[in-house]
Amino acid sequence: MKIAVCVKQVPDSWAEKKMVNGVLDRDGVDAVLNDLDEYAVEEALRIVEAHGGNEEGGANSVTVVSMGPERATEAIRKALSMGANDAILVSDAALAGSDALATSKVLAEVIKSGGFDLVICGTESTDARMSVVPAMLAQRLAWAQLTFASSVSVDPAANTVSITRTTEAGVDAINAKLPAVISVVEKINEPRYPSFKGIMAAKKKTIDSRNLVTVGVSVEPAWSLVADSAPRPPRAAGVKVTDDGNGGNDLVKFLTEKKFI
Amino acid sequence: MSQIFILADFTGDKCTKTTAELATAAARNASVTAIVLAAPGAGATLAATVKQGPIANVLVVESADFAAHGVAAAADAVAQVIAQKSPNALLIASHAYGKEVAGRVAVATDSGIITDAVDVAADLTATQLVFGGSTTVHSKVSNGVPIITVRPNSIEADLSDSTPAVENLSITISDAAKLATTTSSTPPVKGGRPELTEAQIVVSGGRGTNGDFAAVEGFADSLGAAVGASRAATDAGWYPHSHQVGQTGKTVSPQLYVACGISGAIQHRAGMQTSKTIAVVNKDPEAPIFDLADFGVVGDLFAVLPQATQGVAAQKS
Repeated sequence: MKIAVCVKQVPDSWAEKKMVNGVLDRDGVDAVLNDLDEYAVEEALRIVEAHGGNEEGGANSVTVVSMGPERATEAIRKALSMGANDAILVSDAALAGSDALATSKVLAEVIKSGGFDLVICGTESTDARMSVVPAMLAQRLAWAQLTFASSVSVDPAANTVSITRTTEAGVDAINAKLPAVISVVEKINEPRYPSFKGIMAAKKKTIDSRNLVTVGVSVEPAWSLVADSAPRPPRAAGVKVTDDGNGGNDLVKFLTEKKFI
Repeated sequence: MSQIFILADFTGDKCTKTTAELATAAARNASVTAIVLAAPGAGATLAATVKQGPIANVLVVESADFAAHGVAAAADAVAQVIAQKSPNALLIASHAYGKEVAGRVAVATDSGIITDAVDVAADLTATQLVFGGSTTVHSKVSNGVPIITVRPNSIEADLSDSTPAVENLSITISDAAKLATTTSSTPPVKGGRPELTEAQIVVSGGRGTNGDFAAVEGFADSLGAAVGASRAATDAGWYPHSHQVGQTGKTVSPQLYVACGISGAIQHRAGMQTSKTIAVVNKDPEAPIFDLADFGVVGDLFAVLPQATQGVAAQKS
């Protein structure tokens, strides 16, 4: 079983983000591995561990695939320190400001050439929050789409995968033949903390750096253009009362004035 | 006149208010056609519920593949409709299913996509609130048929009745859209409460509930509100994950949001700070959530909420 896990380096979700020239300013903020991708890395590791482990030279492996600036290696090392075997990073000046269409095109090309059985993604990145890349990947690869998984089980002998899809629309049981694209929701597992041994080992693992030429794909610029962006004005200060035994009544009075009751 | 297509949004076999919101935005400068995806034989019944909002036409596509093959089959059908009819834009509801359908249609039709719009102007400029609602962005799709997903509850819907002309379209779903098969589907467990992302009022509880949501639920029920929870509360197992509001949970934008025993970490704020009115009940006067509050009560939610619940009941009787 060869698994690719797509990860993204994003600004720390606690950091204050701002727009510069129509794109997110990534230089001024701490960058980390997208929280939600850790669940994807963890799930990939659990799948290979349940089917014989990912020892070097074995049939199972987990490859981290990412597109981003060269400094994205920091986020990739985190995934490697959790236990992924190796990584591919596509960096190219022409990819700056890419939209989800361009991102999915590049990732699909890398995955196509890698001989993978399964792609696992987080549900969304905490910066752009579109949650469309896994579906776009499935469409581009013409692979089965099994997204928003709260549980995954793989049967390598039968070459099948099944998931439980959990969204606001309910819970679905979905299965498919491999190869497939999966995205996992955060309740699926508890990502492991990298061990000291894992962190040391990650430093020696290979990150295969590619650009658009070596991937063999061309991308158009983003197909949505930002006209303008502005910080929203802070909310006007409201009224604050201290409960002196009448706090509930005060709240009802406010809600009545605002016609909520 | 230009033509904008919307993907009609359903809960079970009922058209949602979100559909009227999509139609309202689309109708600003176009004639609106709603696409209805239905099981074989169910098209007429579903189409009959598409009657609120400025909708001129309904296009019904029937296929057993929609239930069996989910997002991929829906996207395949919509992409074929777009290819056949060449509308000027496509609007879809911005939830998990809608965004995935939109993403696949964008790839299939070589079109640009914008997600999570809170408004769409007559010239198809989309307004988004990004970075947890702290920044407003206006953008436009520059290639293909603009595909825009619109967040439920963001646009004030024109709910006037319309009697759209219904047309049936025969479409064969391609094999590449049938690779994943849904073997069972369970709708979400519905209490008597409204859906979190569609609710006009949301009452949420956090760490301050200490695991006891009775006061929060009681107050929510008195207002006919949905119940939300902070990540602290869902991680502790006090309330189901499906009710989590915040960066890694749901983004809500109700008319009124009442945060109870929630400190207001940035990740929670990201999911609720575009609410029109915000009320807060918290013991800690320094809690950052008070910065967002239109009205805040510094006090114990177990004292304040029961009194407020009684107060609401008294007003309604």
